[in-house]
Amino acid sequence: MASVGTVHSGNNVNLKSEQSVDTPQRFSLPPKPSVTADSSLRFKISGLKVFYGPKEVLHGIDINISSNVVTALIGPSGCGKSTFLRSLNRMTETVRTARVEGDILLDGENIADMDVVKLRRRVGMVFQRPNPFPKSIFDNVAYGLRINGYKGSLSESVEHSLRRAALWDEVKDQLHKSAYTLSGGQQQRLCIARALAVDPEVLLLDEPCSALDPVTTAKIEELLFQLKPSCTIVIVTHNMQQAARASDFTAFLLEGRLIEYQPTPKLFTTPSDPRTEAYITGRFG
Amino acid sequence: MERHFEHDLEELKERLLWMAGLAERAVHQAVQAVFQKDEALAKRVLDEEKAINEMQIEIDDRVMQLVALQQPMAVDLRFILSASRINNDLERIGDQAVNIAQSALRILRHPQVKPYVDLPRMSELAEGMVRDSLNSLVRRDADLAKSVLVRDDQVDNLRDQIFRELLTYMMENSAVVFPAFELVLVTKNLERIGDHATNIAEDVIYMVAGRDVRHLAADRR
Repeated sequence: MASVGTVHSGNNVNLKSEQSVDTPQRFSLPPKPSVTADSSLRFKISGLKVFYGPKEVLHGIDINISSNVVTALIGPSGCGKSTFLRSLNRMTETVRTARVEGDILLDGENIADMDVVKLRRRVGMVFQRPNPFPKSIFDNVAYGLRINGYKGSLSESVEHSLRRAALWDEVKDQLHKSAYTLSGGQQQRLCIARALAVDPEVLLLDEPCSALDPVTTAKIEELLFQLKPSCTIVIVTHNMQQAARASDFTAFLLEGRLIEYQPTPKLFTTPSDPRTEAYITGRFG
Repeated sequence: MERHFEHDLEELKERLLWMAGLAERAVHQAVQAVFQKDEALAKRVLDEEKAINEMQIEIDDRVMQLVALQQPMAVDLRFILSASRINNDLERIGDQAVNIAQSALRILRHPQVKPYVDLPRMSELAEGMVRDSLNSLVRRDADLAKSVLVRDDQVDNLRDQIFRELLTYMMENSAVVFPAFELVLVTKNLERIGDHATNIAEDVIYMVAGRDVRHLAADRR
């Protein structure tokens, strides 16, 4: 009589006590990993149009972005990737002539109605070129915490953020040196640490690795994997291999329109739209 | 502007078709060696196998280099992966042809068991499957590839039919057991050649349409 109720991964197989626990009784396939199964929606975007003066650069984008996954935005220069990314935390408002139409809901709440400082605390951003403040390494990371009136231990929080950005070991003995003494790759990770310090729910990255060497690029991609359980990541990249390696979903934009949005393995092996196919195989135009 | 990568892909395709030509020719010569009791033809098949094997290694090298150096995507990736699998199928077809040629050499030491009627039909079918699977590759024609899949059952049925017939000959006259058994082996090899053509056709469908039809029932392909 079966006595031990051992749950064998995904199979619910009851094993008899004399059997090895490693041997399932019946043949079955291992469960398939899925990125969609328990991903809830973070951003729901509908009819997003962005104008710079009279020029319409995004022509009504509808897209849903899931929580705790990495979503990559790809497309040729000038297709609106960065504009799309910037509209997610209302950075578009920093351009005087910019105008945004349509709805961007963050966890069901329209970002247009939110306090912009709170929004940007929840939705952090890292830019193409590292842009540390002319301050010490420590103060760069502590900056966001201070202006948000953080009550806890600054040094603990700074260490935690630097560790998450895979930079701690390299800078722990020189926290009070100027951030400008760091290399480009270290500065970029410092900017990621600065963004992570305020514990954002979403991290927007605009070509964060375009100026970095392959080793640092690999570190940042690894960082994305590690951040996923606690953070939703949207990354703009010109590097197709990076999108393929690091993201769960990929969106292809062209001339201000969303052409295709698929799980990354599907988009890079069997894209549905011939324009996506042409772009990712380098036969564009 | 034609890119270097396009040129490499075109070369891979040309080499694959060259190998396909060798494999197709090997099958044709091997079955003709059986039908015409042509010892020289059978020996030529054995000699030419070396070229097929060398092509297999060369194509594998090209595939490896394209994947490592060009990081192909989408249709290019599907083509390169298909080329790699088709390469293996072609090499196996070459092996089956060698098996048939070896059977031919053994069969021609004996009197002919019976007039060959169904066996030429079967070899024509199997060779046609190989030819059309390769034509579908050249023309990127998923419909032609699908027509190959349908024919696999016909080849299987002929194998069973010929086997039953040869069995009655063997039961009636034990003197023909040896050559009749060799003929059974020939049908087995032809049936395997049909299977490899089916694999190639499935790869062409994947390459052209992005659909994986392996192990699907006929009506869902």
